[in-house]
Amino acid sequence: MEVPGYQGDMKAYLAVGGYESLKKTLKGITPEQIIEMVKKSGLRGRGGAGFPTGLKWSFIPKDPSLPKYLCCNADESEPGTFKDRQLLERDPHQMIEGMIIACYAIGAKKGFIYIRGEFGYPAKVLERSLREAYEQGFLGKDILGSRFDLDIILYRGAGAYICGEETALMESLEGKRGLPRFKPPFPATHGLYGKPTVINNVETLANLPYIIGKGPEWYAAIGTQKSPGTRIFSVSGHVKRPGNYEVPLGSPMRELIYDLAGGIRDDRKLKAVIPGGASAAFLTEEHLDVKMDFESMAQVGSMLGSGGVTVMDDSTCMVWAALNLMAFFHHECCGKCTPCREGSSWLYQIMHRIEHGEGRMKDLDLLVALSDNIAGKTVCAFGDAEVAPILSTLKHFRAEYEAHIQSRACPFSGADKLIMIGG
Amino acid sequence: MIKELPKRYSDEIEMEVREILGQFPLKRSALLPILHLVQREEGYISEEAMRWVARVLDLTPIQVYEVVTFYTLFNQKPVGKYHLQVCKTLSCALVGAGQLISHLENKLGIKVGETTEDGLFTLKTVECLASCGTSPMMQVNDAYYENLNGEKVDALLEELRAKATN
Repeated sequence: MEVPGYQGDMKAYLAVGGYESLKKTLKGITPEQIIEMVKKSGLRGRGGAGFPTGLKWSFIPKDPSLPKYLCCNADESEPGTFKDRQLLERDPHQMIEGMIIACYAIGAKKGFIYIRGEFGYPAKVLERSLREAYEQGFLGKDILGSRFDLDIILYRGAGAYICGEETALMESLEGKRGLPRFKPPFPATHGLYGKPTVINNVETLANLPYIIGKGPEWYAAIGTQKSPGTRIFSVSGHVKRPGNYEVPLGSPMRELIYDLAGGIRDDRKLKAVIPGGASAAFLTEEHLDVKMDFESMAQVGSMLGSGGVTVMDDSTCMVWAALNLMAFFHHECCGKCTPCREGSSWLYQIMHRIEHGEGRMKDLDLLVALSDNIAGKTVCAFGDAEVAPILSTLKHFRAEYEAHIQSRACPFSGADKLIMIGG
Repeated sequence: MIKELPKRYSDEIEMEVREILGQFPLKRSALLPILHLVQREEGYISEEAMRWVARVLDLTPIQVYEVVTFYTLFNQKPVGKYHLQVCKTLSCALVGAGQLISHLENKLGIKVGETTEDGLFTLKTVECLASCGTSPMMQVNDAYYENLNGEKVDALLEELRAKATN
């Protein structure tokens, strides 16, 4: 997505073969065939959960009299993740082309791009790009003479992490607070405005032109059997070259951190890595050879999640790092479910007192007990997410928690210590 | 047909409101876009504005209020001409967001959450803005400023001050 001199406007995108997959689709591939192709490619959602995209689409009822909707989830807010922003800013048409193909496949005549409110510049780029797509006849009535009509509306969020959760996103689009809905019923039958709805991530949609253009077999041959294709990983933190890197799924974490991102700054020692956004469990140096795919990450107790890889060197206090993320989750909790609403506040307070030298040994058991009462006991996956940083740092770095409590201070609070904001 | 709008803005902005209303199968969907519009025009969303929005969308004022207070981007009181929002989440914090915030507090003579006396700058900390690879960073009104350090921030503050007085 980063080619020198590439502007990402319609002219540039058409010059590299853009919208050819859409033309191919509308010229003679049926919606059912598109769904089959995407199923065959093995494409899995790039937002976090990794659900097979073709399968998700196939749950949409075929009844042509029912209005159907597609929402592009551009509410990228998972800490450590910045791939969708770059895709939207630098090559927006890739996602738009994918979105038109997806709408055709499920029979949606209206699509929404739900973009996070802070993305002022990407929103401007998208406005321009959508205008260009209408001008070229890729959007609007009777697209390329195929009798397929589609309008895409850009919708700006307003600063709520939870709206990246698909049912909260729909609530927000309906003009309400972004509180997740209970599932079932699933969005495929009761989604936006109570109608069949598909929600796909920006990167997921951006993969579609390639799958249709080069064929599902070509796509499935990249990556691993269960996690095909490439994935964009956002690498940040203590690395020499932070940035977005697109690699085949299944590449080892070591390659991503040491070869592509240049290794640890000042050649220090790696201490911890979050492989898939703040909701994923911390991993350590011993996990460096784990493969970056859905299955391998789950096997070591973490997850591929959003693809946000945050790297920490040996100067980082793990209690502080977990506290920083706990502050995030406490702030972003939507308040719907009691275990999460009350629990996030208690977890934050306990983490805060441990980091500031006021913790008690029994707090460690209390953190685990509290976490047990949150994870899996809420309407959405936020509850599981918020306990991941604490439980995983406790698992891998328990001695560091104990040192905070025993010495009644943070052992990392040296003279040249980073000002530990966020707690 | 969209009914007569209660008067608050110019005809042009009223047109914009009508355009927004026409986009959605359900009127209430227009709530966030219209609140964004109100904030763009007035800098924040007053209770009076919320009552206006409620009338436009046939909602009760509480239905508007609960949405305004849920989403952090909606200001419930006026902010400075330049709204400095520094990301403090982990990736930024690992590479100096803390120093950046202290630097801004010293430079502006205010604490996080406050506005300078001249009304130019409001300083806030915010959660992850998806700019982790170019951190530390902050958002000023709608624009991102990335890969920041003390020097860059000083130059930016000067530039903004100069812009405000011209």
